[in-house]
Amino acid sequence: MLQIRNLTKIYDGGLKALDNVSFDVPDGQFLAVIGLSGSGKSTLLRCINRLIEPTDGQILWNGEDITAASQEEMRRIRRKIGMVFQHFNLVHRSKVITNVLAGRLGYINPAWSLLNRFPKEDIDKAIKQLQRVGIAEKAYQRADELSGGQQQRVGIARALMQDPQIMLADEPVASLDPVLAHSIMSHLEDINKNDGVTVLCSLHFLDLVHRYADRVVALNEGKLVFEGLPKDIDDAKFKEIYGRDAERVG
Amino acid sequence: MNKNNKKASPWNSIKVGLLTLVTLVVFAYGFQVTKVNLEELRSERRQESFVRVMRALARPEIFEYDQVEEIVNYPFYTPCPTDASILSPMDSDSSEPYIVVTPACAEPGEVVQVEGFNFAPNTTGPVRFVPGSDLANVVTLGRALAKTDINGNFAISMEIPKRPSEDVQYIRVILRRNIGTPHFTKTAYETWDKIIETVFLALLATVLGTILAIPLSFIAARNLMKTVKSPLTSIALSTLGWPIGMVIGFLAIRWVGNFSFSIGSNVGVNLASIVIAPLLAQFGLRWAMPQVEINNPSQSMRIARLGVILLSVLLGFYAFFQLASLAMSAGNVLRVSLGSFGFLGFFLFQMGDIIAILTPTMGALAAGGTLSSFLGRLGQTSSEKLPAPAIKTLNLILTPAAVAIVFVLVGQLLQWLYQFDTPLYTLWMPLVFGAGLGLLLAIMTKPKESLPIGLVVYSITRTLLNALRSVEALVMAIVFVIAVGIGPFAGTLALGLHTIVSLAKLYSEQVESILSGPLEAIQATGANRLQTIVYAVVPQIVPPYISYTMYRWDINVRMSTIIGFVGGGGIGFLLQQNINLLNYPAASAQMIAIAIVVSLMDYVSSVMREKVV
Ligand SMILES: Nc1ncnc2c1ncn2[C@@H]1O[C@H](COP(=O)(O)OP(=O)(O)O)[C@@H](O)[C@H]1O
Ligand SMILES: [Mg+2]
Repeated sequence: MLQIRNLTKIYDGGLKALDNVSFDVPDGQFLAVIGLSGSGKSTLLRCINRLIEPTDGQILWNGEDITAASQEEMRRIRRKIGMVFQHFNLVHRSKVITNVLAGRLGYINPAWSLLNRFPKEDIDKAIKQLQRVGIAEKAYQRADELSGGQQQRVGIARALMQDPQIMLADEPVASLDPVLAHSIMSHLEDINKNDGVTVLCSLHFLDLVHRYADRVVALNEGKLVFEGLPKDIDDAKFKEIYGRDAERVG
Repeated sequence: MNKNNKKASPWNSIKVGLLTLVTLVVFAYGFQVTKVNLEELRSERRQESFVRVMRALARPEIFEYDQVEEIVNYPFYTPCPTDASILSPMDSDSSEPYIVVTPACAEPGEVVQVEGFNFAPNTTGPVRFVPGSDLANVVTLGRALAKTDINGNFAISMEIPKRPSEDVQYIRVILRRNIGTPHFTKTAYETWDKIIETVFLALLATVLGTILAIPLSFIAARNLMKTVKSPLTSIALSTLGWPIGMVIGFLAIRWVGNFSFSIGSNVGVNLASIVIAPLLAQFGLRWAMPQVEINNPSQSMRIARLGVILLSVLLGFYAFFQLASLAMSAGNVLRVSLGSFGFLGFFLFQMGDIIAILTPTMGALAAGGTLSSFLGRLGQTSSEKLPAPAIKTLNLILTPAAVAIVFVLVGQLLQWLYQFDTPLYTLWMPLVFGAGLGLLLAIMTKPKESLPIGLVVYSITRTLLNALRSVEALVMAIVFVIAVGIGPFAGTLALGLHTIVSLAKLYSEQVESILSGPLEAIQATGANRLQTIVYAVVPQIVPPYISYTMYRWDINVRMSTIIGFVGGGGIGFLLQQNINLLNYPAASAQMIAIAIVVSLMDYVSSVMREKVV
């Protein structure tokens, strides 16, 4: 169970990106986070693994307060939280397999990993994850030789290497062709349904939300404006989330 | 006039006029201080010496022949003596070379005919007047040049210089001829020696500079340092860790060194140590640092591991000393037995010596870094776990100690540099002042607040880099020549230092321009700071680092050719010497060598650039 309690983030410039946000995510749920761009979705997801330090509030995971964890504890917590990004964030000049193996960095001894040495089991595991997302044959190519859809699958394989219990996905399909979106989303669905990983996924398109999400939270200017089932987003709610001028297309 | 145009106003015109005036004055002054003087260029004297220098330069002293000389001295009176009987012609019936001067005596300034017979055919050489009656006189006069025909005879006319004397004087003919095949001159050998020195000077400076610039460039990159924040306890403890660790490390490694030395330089022991010690060390490290650690180890296990790690590291250093000892004894043997390849032995010996000298320093740095980061981590954890009042108390003790130590070290450095010999200023004042400042800092900061120590370190590093970068390498060389004496070592240090600071700046700008996405992604996996650098930063900066290193290599080759001008070793020393001695043919050889080396190195680096980047 992941519990967000009165989470607030004020950036250095004084901008309030998250305003007293609270909600719970039960284990194994596929939660969609929606909202206009600039509403605070990325900030929210990054607060959970503390890539961004929250200004106020708490994030409890199975009772442990992530916001109070020490650096050493944070390493242990982060390795159980996988993350995929809108722009994939692969290391371009490294091989695909190296990118995937990087998912193990939280587990292996830093001294050895600096010499680029990974245990045999980890290498086997990396190949297996690449097989799972269907691009094992690209393992020894450079990451930037891959297409966008393939890069995102490498991103997913990297996150899977962490044996995650939570998967954060920050608009994972926003920079991909719509036809590729379903392929990526179904990988996330597979991880959620078959591995029991809790997924928090920010999304742009409502049709994807309807198709994949168990539950939805919506942000508007950093405030939580909706929390419930996807089918409960009626026209009034829609206007509240996306603003009065928005038109429903999906 | 268009409305948009500026209105013509007297003020504007005056401004234009003033500007022109100022420009003229500036140019005039510039001409004066740079001594632009076309008249000087046109003067005959200048042109003559210019032509002379150019001709000398066009004849570099690279090849020469062995020469044989035929020298004939002809006793000659000027003016003609009153007693004509002493005018005895040379015996002309021998097969030896001889000359005949007609008339046999002459007034000063008169022109005489000089004929030579029985010389070697087709040779040339000067015909000169030797003033004074001393044949050994090195000062000779005249510019006449004799050239024999195929029979070995010549005939020229020469003017008798105005050196009247009662005594006999001489007319001397020296005809030279080349024998055998051409061979390199002494200048060529010297130049070759120095050019090798030059290239290695550049190479060493580049390698040294690059190695040290890489870690510096990370510290001087804003985007990496911005996120480094630590509570005061951690900062104070890691500051204390550096000097304490360095002292401990230095003593420990020196002890290992003495131990290694006491074993002696038995080759068998050396070899065995070099093989066994690292193996043991690696074995120990592998045991103490398992690749994957799922559960936290127990306290006693941690202590056992720490012990094993320490032991392994000492073993590693022991192996280093043994390696040095082996290299030195092997080098000594090879230097004698390898003959003309003895320099390999010499090199080996020097390498061993360098290892032996550098090892304690490396140990000190390693121990300092380790203790500092360990104590820093300890400080981090304690300020996360302990209650605020306890941390406040700790800070009140640790911060004054840390700042005081830093101040005292600076004071001691100044003492060492300037020898004030007043401990009040170099020891007690810094101590008290530092402690006071630390106390103030500890009182003012909230106990658990994270301070932006990264930005502080970044700013200090950047400032130092910028300050040092603005000092020309030649100026640095002058300083190092004073510090370590004339020679290539000074040049290497100067070029190396300049390479460090300029590369660190260029590198750090590359670090600042990397994509932040991969950085974020690697951090999210739970990687620590060092892992993040190795996996997210390094792959992004390899190509620009390589190309900047090449660029620096080019610069260093050029610089190393002239650093000898200030005593920094390399070919520049010879070149300057020959220019000062007006020995232009030799200088020309060196200039040609420089041109060849610079263009060759340029070519090599462009080929490598193509291959690598
Ligand atoms: N590093 C930052 N510094 C200052 N403001 C930021 C920073 N990152 C995001 N913001 C601002 O915070 C708000 C929320 O941004 P974000 O969380 O990226 O929204 P979303 O992901 O929903 O598009 C935006 O107004 C954005 O401009
Ligand atoms: Mg976003």
